[in-house]
Amino acid sequence: MTGKRTLPVTDLSLVVLIGTTGSGKSTFARRHFKPTEVISSDFCRGLVSDDENDQGASGDAFDVLHYIAGKRLAAGRLTVIDATSVQQESRRQLVRLAREHDVLPIAIVLDVPEQVCIERNASRPDRAHLPRHVVQRQQRELRRSLRQLEREGFRKVHILRGTEEVEAAEVVLERRYNDKRELTGPFDIIGDIHGCSSELETLLGKLGYVDGAHPEGRTAVFVGDLVDRGPDSPGVLRRVMGMVAAGSALCVPGNHENKLGRWLKGKQVQHTHGLAETIEQLEKEDEQDPAFREQVREFIDGLVSHYVLDGGRLVVCHAGLPEKYHGRTSGRVRSHALYGDTTGETDEFGLPVRYPWAEDYRGRAAVVYGHTPVPSTSWINNTICLDTGAVFGGRMTALRWPEREIVDVPAERVWYEPAKPLASEAPGGHDGRPLDLADVTGRRVVETAHHGRVAVREENAAAALEVMSRFAVDPRLLMYLPPTMSPCATSQLDGYLEHPHEAFAAYRADGVGQVLCEEKHMGSRAVALVCRDAQTAGERFGVTGGVTGALHTRTGRPFFDDPAVTEQVLERLRASVTAAGLWDELGTDWLLLDAELMPWSLKASGLLRKQYAAVGAASGAVFPGVLAALESAAARGTDVAGLLERQRGRSADAASFTEAYRRYCWTTEGLDGVRLAPFQILAAQGRSLAALPHDGQLALIDRLVANDPTGLLQETRRLLVDTRDEESVAAGTRWWLELTEAGGEGMVVKPLQALVRTEDGNRLVQPGIKCRGREYLRIIYGPEYTRPDQLVRLRSRALGHKRSLALREYALGLEALDRLAAGEPLWRVHEAVFALLALESEPVDPRL
Amino acid sequence: MFLTITTTGSGGMPATDLGFLLHKHPEKAQVFSTSYGDAHVFYPVASEQRCTAALLLEVDPVALVRRGKAKGRGGAPDSALGQYVNDRPYAASSLLAVALRTVFASALRGVCDARPERAAQPLPLRIEIPAVPARGGAALVRRLFEPLGWTVEAEPVALDEQFPAWGESRYVRLALEGEMRLSAALRHLYVLLPVLDDAKHYWVSPDEVDKLLRMGDGWLPAHPEQRLITSRYLARRWSLTRQAMERLELARLAEADDSEAEEIDNAVDEEVDTEEKPLPLAVQRREAILAELRDAGANRVLDLGCGQGQLVGALLKDVRFTEVLGVDVSSRALGEAARRLRLDRMGERQSSRVRLVQGSLTYTDARLKGYDAAVLSEVVEHLDLPRLPALEYAVFGSARPATVLVTTPNVEYNVRWETLPAGHVRHADHRFEWTREEFRSWAEQVAGRHGYGVRFVPVGPDDPEVGPPTQMAVFTMTAGSTTTAKEVTPA
Repeated sequence: MTGKRTLPVTDLSLVVLIGTTGSGKSTFARRHFKPTEVISSDFCRGLVSDDENDQGASGDAFDVLHYIAGKRLAAGRLTVIDATSVQQESRRQLVRLAREHDVLPIAIVLDVPEQVCIERNASRPDRAHLPRHVVQRQQRELRRSLRQLEREGFRKVHILRGTEEVEAAEVVLERRYNDKRELTGPFDIIGDIHGCSSELETLLGKLGYVDGAHPEGRTAVFVGDLVDRGPDSPGVLRRVMGMVAAGSALCVPGNHENKLGRWLKGKQVQHTHGLAETIEQLEKEDEQDPAFREQVREFIDGLVSHYVLDGGRLVVCHAGLPEKYHGRTSGRVRSHALYGDTTGETDEFGLPVRYPWAEDYRGRAAVVYGHTPVPSTSWINNTICLDTGAVFGGRMTALRWPEREIVDVPAERVWYEPAKPLASEAPGGHDGRPLDLADVTGRRVVETAHHGRVAVREENAAAALEVMSRFAVDPRLLMYLPPTMSPCATSQLDGYLEHPHEAFAAYRADGVGQVLCEEKHMGSRAVALVCRDAQTAGERFGVTGGVTGALHTRTGRPFFDDPAVTEQVLERLRASVTAAGLWDELGTDWLLLDAELMPWSLKASGLLRKQYAAVGAASGAVFPGVLAALESAAARGTDVAGLLERQRGRSADAASFTEAYRRYCWTTEGLDGVRLAPFQILAAQGRSLAALPHDGQLALIDRLVANDPTGLLQETRRLLVDTRDEESVAAGTRWWLELTEAGGEGMVVKPLQALVRTEDGNRLVQPGIKCRGREYLRIIYGPEYTRPDQLVRLRSRALGHKRSLALREYALGLEALDRLAAGEPLWRVHEAVFALLALESEPVDPRL
Repeated sequence: MFLTITTTGSGGMPATDLGFLLHKHPEKAQVFSTSYGDAHVFYPVASEQRCTAALLLEVDPVALVRRGKAKGRGGAPDSALGQYVNDRPYAASSLLAVALRTVFASALRGVCDARPERAAQPLPLRIEIPAVPARGGAALVRRLFEPLGWTVEAEPVALDEQFPAWGESRYVRLALEGEMRLSAALRHLYVLLPVLDDAKHYWVSPDEVDKLLRMGDGWLPAHPEQRLITSRYLARRWSLTRQAMERLELARLAEADDSEAEEIDNAVDEEVDTEEKPLPLAVQRREAILAELRDAGANRVLDLGCGQGQLVGALLKDVRFTEVLGVDVSSRALGEAARRLRLDRMGERQSSRVRLVQGSLTYTDARLKGYDAAVLSEVVEHLDLPRLPALEYAVFGSARPATVLVTTPNVEYNVRWETLPAGHVRHADHRFEWTREEFRSWAEQVAGRHGYGVRFVPVGPDDPEVGPPTQMAVFTMTAGSTTTAKEVTPA
């Protein structure tokens, strides 16, 4: 009994220390594990009763202990239980807990002589009075337990006898077999083969493999079901086993390998579903290579149910795996990996009905699997099934990772008649499948690439849910919402609340030299998704009924109540995209555009009537009487001069206000009089265009406008300004003054390079700062806001929250576009879009 | 905002006595400070024959906004609405009533030491207010003032003469003429201006009832519109304030779109049911639903689109329904439901049977799985047709209760509603209304796709020609498909 003894412990497991009181469990735990990994029953007793030795609190204490352990295991953390655990019942609960979380239960027994325990207890003041028989009873229970631990379900049992062995023990963490996160590929993941050796060789060739090895060092990953049904299962096995042995491939088992393995071990299995063919082929193989059968048995025996690869970004298994099973080790994990989740029923063809687990999948890791033959592959919620039924005359499919590129070859013939036609209601079918509420509600945090984690509060999500559900366009067409934009800092110049100086200064301070001033159209914000045709809309966005896109507002509501009018607008847009040649130039069949739709009165007529025109009407009705009365009073000699003067000013302000809103109103008939001013192409197939410099953007858009004979599209005037050049800044200011004096709303100043971070790279620069005209702001701040007494008070407006909101929403918008470009599943795009809508309901001064 | 009071004089009774009655000297212009700005009183005309007092309240809109800011970011209940662009400085709203009380306090009480006999007697009065916000229009203005003895000139103000299509504003140019005691005239204005106003100005104080009783003394009890006056003056204030607080987030989303909160916040009906009296259709519908649920032997029931909880309440009255989950997308409707059901005061045993949660049928929802029955009563028609497949999947594909009841209006019956103009839907938010054939066809396809059988039950009088006002589909899961979408955990 000398020297170090190593105790292997799987890095994700539930370690149960077993030993009587005083056997040194806590000391042992302290020495070998992190303090946070150890949960002691004494500590939990203290938590619930303020007394670590209060045996009466044990029930509640163990509830707490199990709860904490459960939380740790669910989070994938090694957990050590420091309790006596000498009773079978207490261990049974822990084994069950480990199984619930699909981790291995491991027992470490500290079998220390009774006398030592008693002496140790005696030296501790809080245990000095512990009766001797307690330790003796625990010793008896421990003795009884020792032999049955493995039977109880502990997958590893380490028994340390005597204090010396306890002292000498060394815990060594072992990685799980399925944890191959360090392998980053690149990979070629190959779907179900089923003995189609010839197709496999063709596919490997197409993927660039030469005799089982890739010259660029790529790794093949087989999702299982190598055997059965097809013409040459031994040939497939030989190839795959060779590649795995040579290190150029990984392989997970399919249910067919599992069954073959059992047969090879001499177990009784039914020779159905193509096993008979494999057995026949193997028997022939025996004649040439008698050792082969044994090699196959060993190979199958050594297969690991699933692999976690590429830093955790990729999970490969045979039949799919929910996130909570990734990297876990238990019977049911293996069972799910091999067979998938079945409902227990069989369908009319006698095949098990499968639970569509992929529909519920929300994990970050991509899950690549096979098992269920589908007519064609498609990503659903970041999962993809690669079984395209080669043996049934379909195709054999591979996925290049991380490229996410599909490579496939057709079957040479139908090798085996399918029991039922290749079903399309497999998880890949996307007809009308809605998003899940859990994707969007409650307090949420959305990870963004450009601005870290963006939080959404519950009440804001609730409001967004109502609008999204009741008023928004189909989420499959709602790929983006425009973020809010901050105005420039408040100007201190006489008579101005906003002035271009502040906008230029802000960008100068952020290290941005070149900015593009864009005319701000005064209408309603509109986002247009325009597809080349209804077929594209169907294939790319999954919508039916001849819809070719969407035209929606800032909150995702359709712009026009009548879908036919929307289609008319899309038709005109489409025609100009076609005429401008942008489909081919951008390599896309659809475009997502950010735009302003005019006139303002088109969408805002309710608000105009109830609020803006109403104020105009009331002021128009009241002032003639007021002025006449004051003039009469003045004529009588009453001293009302000051009051009269002021009322004349107010009357003039009210008239200016009415003029201001009238500029943005005109009557329309159908689309006659309607104008659409696009100012950014947000995305095209496979790419976000949010980082395309604004001069390039407007150049593309100018071509759209030039190619629109209908007069719908309107250009956006612009001026390039260098914030570091005084001349240029002055020119920018003059331009703004001319624009606004002629009735323009104002301008938006944008960094020319569009997507810009501060020089230190710490944060995003505002994507745009609006600078609104003096007259226009009457609509916002009221008719009389230019009066000095009002202006003084209005200047104390707080912009901080608005700016922060603008950046968070910008980041969410970018995130939605990135996810769309990457072809991520709908719920991922929707998550960002929904969060953006929710943020729009945050409290912020609405006048900003 | 502006108001003039004119009286005429006759031998021995000079019109300028108005100055004594109002306690304001006709030769002076005076300023009084009120909570919302300065009130000026001056006399454009002051002769023995004719005397006009003018009250001009210079509302300070910035101060008006900032008053509400103290409660934190966002401020006053309607902070999301454009309060800087506000008609308050111009229109004679409830603020003017406040100013009347501040400036003419004695005159309102009818106290005049200098001319007590004139204060006690009717005078020939003409009161002009150029812009009175009047919810209910000129007609209501007449109904309110004429019974009090006024001759009413009420002329609607156009919204914008450049856009005649926009029609009339909610303002009325008002002139009242009559022989009236001045204090009575002022009291009429004090009470009726806020009643006419669209109640955008929230004040709630416990002595509001006392004030109304005092100001209405002698005229309000006999007024034919007494109920309307009282309820508008008092009752709406609390609920308006609460409503405004509850929908802040929604209001902001509406504003982001340049639209009004009412446009999207329409899930709670403010008005009471206007359907026929003897046995309202809503009651018949509930009874039909309850009968079907009992027949189906359902214990655990989903009320999908529970609204203000009328059906939930009915279900709770029957103990066979052991668990009721009310789901609605409108948090305001759920709040209203909780108040109506008095959930906070319900006993534990009772309240353990019911839960109200926000949810949306355009998303699948794991919480909805495993129930015996689901009711979608007057729900589908509130969804745009293109979103219906999402609802179909969420209910029949994902939640999969054994029984599903769907009720929806039968559009054919609309011709039988006398009050419903031809071609109109029954509720402004109905996105569509189906004929019996359309409903049947949809329901049968849904049933076929998801393993349900379906039959149809008329609700309300079944008209031989156009059918019943409400149509109900009863979906029953066919044997064998019961577990299709239930989760099975391998042992």
